[in-house]
Amino acid sequence: MIAKPAPLLQLEKLRVEFHGTAGRRVRAVRDVDLEIYEGETLGLVGESGCGKSTLGRAMLRITEPTAGSINYLGLDITRLRGTVFRRTRADLQMVFQDPFGSLNPRRTIADIVAEPMLRARGMSRADAQKAVGDLLDQVGLGREAGARRPHEFSGGQRQRIGIARALAPSPRFVVADEPVSALDVSIQAQVINLLTDLIRERGLTMLFISHDLGVVRHIADRIAVMYLGEIIEIASRDDFFAGPAHPYGEALLSSVPTLGGTSARERIELAGELPDPASPPSGCTFHTRCRYAVDRCRVEAPALREVEPGRQVRCHLPLLTVSKGAAA
Amino acid sequence: MEIRDLRVEFDVPAGRLPAVAGIDLDLRRGELLALVGESGSGKSALSMSLVGLNRGPTAHISGEVRFGGRNLVAASEKELRGVRGRDISVVFQDALAALNPTQKVGDQVAEMIRTHRKVGRRDAWKRAEELLGEVGIANPVQAARAYPHQLSGGMRQRVMIAIGLANDPAVLIADEPTTALDVTIQAQVLKLLKRLQAEHGTTIVLITHDLGVVAEVADRVAVMYAGRVIEQGTRDEVLFHPQHPYTMALLHSVPRVDGPHTDRLPAIAGSPLTGVTRPSGCAFAPRCAFASAGCGDHMPELLRRYGGSGHLDRCLLDEPARGRARAGSDSQAVAP
Repeated sequence: MIAKPAPLLQLEKLRVEFHGTAGRRVRAVRDVDLEIYEGETLGLVGESGCGKSTLGRAMLRITEPTAGSINYLGLDITRLRGTVFRRTRADLQMVFQDPFGSLNPRRTIADIVAEPMLRARGMSRADAQKAVGDLLDQVGLGREAGARRPHEFSGGQRQRIGIARALAPSPRFVVADEPVSALDVSIQAQVINLLTDLIRERGLTMLFISHDLGVVRHIADRIAVMYLGEIIEIASRDDFFAGPAHPYGEALLSSVPTLGGTSARERIELAGELPDPASPPSGCTFHTRCRYAVDRCRVEAPALREVEPGRQVRCHLPLLTVSKGAAA
Repeated sequence: MEIRDLRVEFDVPAGRLPAVAGIDLDLRRGELLALVGESGSGKSALSMSLVGLNRGPTAHISGEVRFGGRNLVAASEKELRGVRGRDISVVFQDALAALNPTQKVGDQVAEMIRTHRKVGRRDAWKRAEELLGEVGIANPVQAARAYPHQLSGGMRQRVMIAIGLANDPAVLIADEPTTALDVTIQAQVLKLLKRLQAEHGTTIVLITHDLGVVAEVADRVAVMYAGRVIEQGTRDEVLFHPQHPYTMALLHSVPRVDGPHTDRLPAIAGSPLTGVTRPSGCAFAPRCAFASAGCGDHMPELLRRYGGSGHLDRCLLDEPARGRARAGSDSQAVAP
């Protein structure tokens, strides 16, 4: 593994709570510690309701965190206000799953893409106009697309517009929340390739949120898995796909239908469904569905700890290959 | 079930949209046939027209769907009501939209039973509880009393399947039944479909865009593009020895969790056809990395060319060109 660069973003005990029914507080993100390194793409995976989108939104304060800190270049973003926050926030952008829902239907593409340049970066109209043209070329739409409006474009093209708008203020960090999930396979591949190119050309750091492990494997350098608001495993892409160390990661990966067919792998069936996030199980929150759970798992919550260089797991009994000599 | 020259066209502001442009397909008893295609390929329009669910003033449906000695395309609405839910059931992707939010799910299953059979309320409710148990709901007695919004997405999809099975239909049409579900729940639902096929001998038409799902459960596959079947065969033929460049390109463009990690995904250039005008030749030719001048003349017939006896395709390429396309060497060269 290459020497660890400095983290561009560092989350400490980040927590997001929502009001649930009957006055209960639902903790969607439960005290997450996470480092995202400059230039890497971190894939954040997990099933619906695990808190991955909420975590991504909280990192940009689109959803306000309830507690914890987000360190970016020595600044705690959660404490910034006014102009300083707006300027800093321009470095951190988001690509949404549904580009159409996030694009103003009445404005031209050029206006939509130019807006963050004018507002957050204080560019002149003339400079912005030129930059918009270049950006539309870069995302494969061509500068002539600038005069048209969102409804004139197909799903894949709209996602290119969403990407252009996110890149308009020249961000250093981008949260991409299921950016290709609504697209057909053939179009999905085009947009993934575009993102790969842009990450490389611009040296972007990215949090790529997806429920699709195939897509994540393609684009991410490291993988973080969430379950009930917590990160339960972080590993390099190759380590994770060679064999997840957390029993949930193992079950998740084994559930993905593959072109190789079932015979190739053992399917680990998860019993039951995701527990209610408002009242998570005691001890390890996964113990209710875990096939390896022992008494200790029901009472004692495991900490996220490093079990191998570059691999952290929140499990009392991580699944590690013996040859790596890890003492579980 | 035999489908012959089925066509479904819709009036849209720009003209007539050919959603299904002439499909011939046989459904064999007890098989699980996967209909694969991208949005706009016509796979859902095809499945809905099998039981007359997309009839209306703007729909023009012709051709034949032969089932039980009848042509369902020509059948009256009253006749179709007798077939739907009894002989042929449809399970939709969006269970929340398909279920009645104000009615207990047990009542919804029981109602489907009572629509087609003379059964008392109490017996129908009992059978509903049994069905909910059969589709893998852990506590069926309790679930029967629940309203749809009180159940998870996976549970609701099971309820939809229970309604579909209420009268032990010969054919179950499942339209993207697992697309809205998480993979761990999807695995449970797919297993359930396979069990129904094995235990009840139900013939299943599974509509999906997910080739991984096809690999896991299908016996046969029909790949659709722009309203037509462009390739059909057994699962192994279509997935492991595809004949049509569209199938090949689709298979290449799936990001996989297994196999070697590649740096670039071989994408298919351009977008699927969605407009009212269609090219005179092969509909895929404008996006095909292997198209030549002849491809623009006419749409090739669905014939056996180089595959096994039931392995049909609509492509003019010769065997060596197909081999090159299958290797995927040239498809790398297409646009971003």
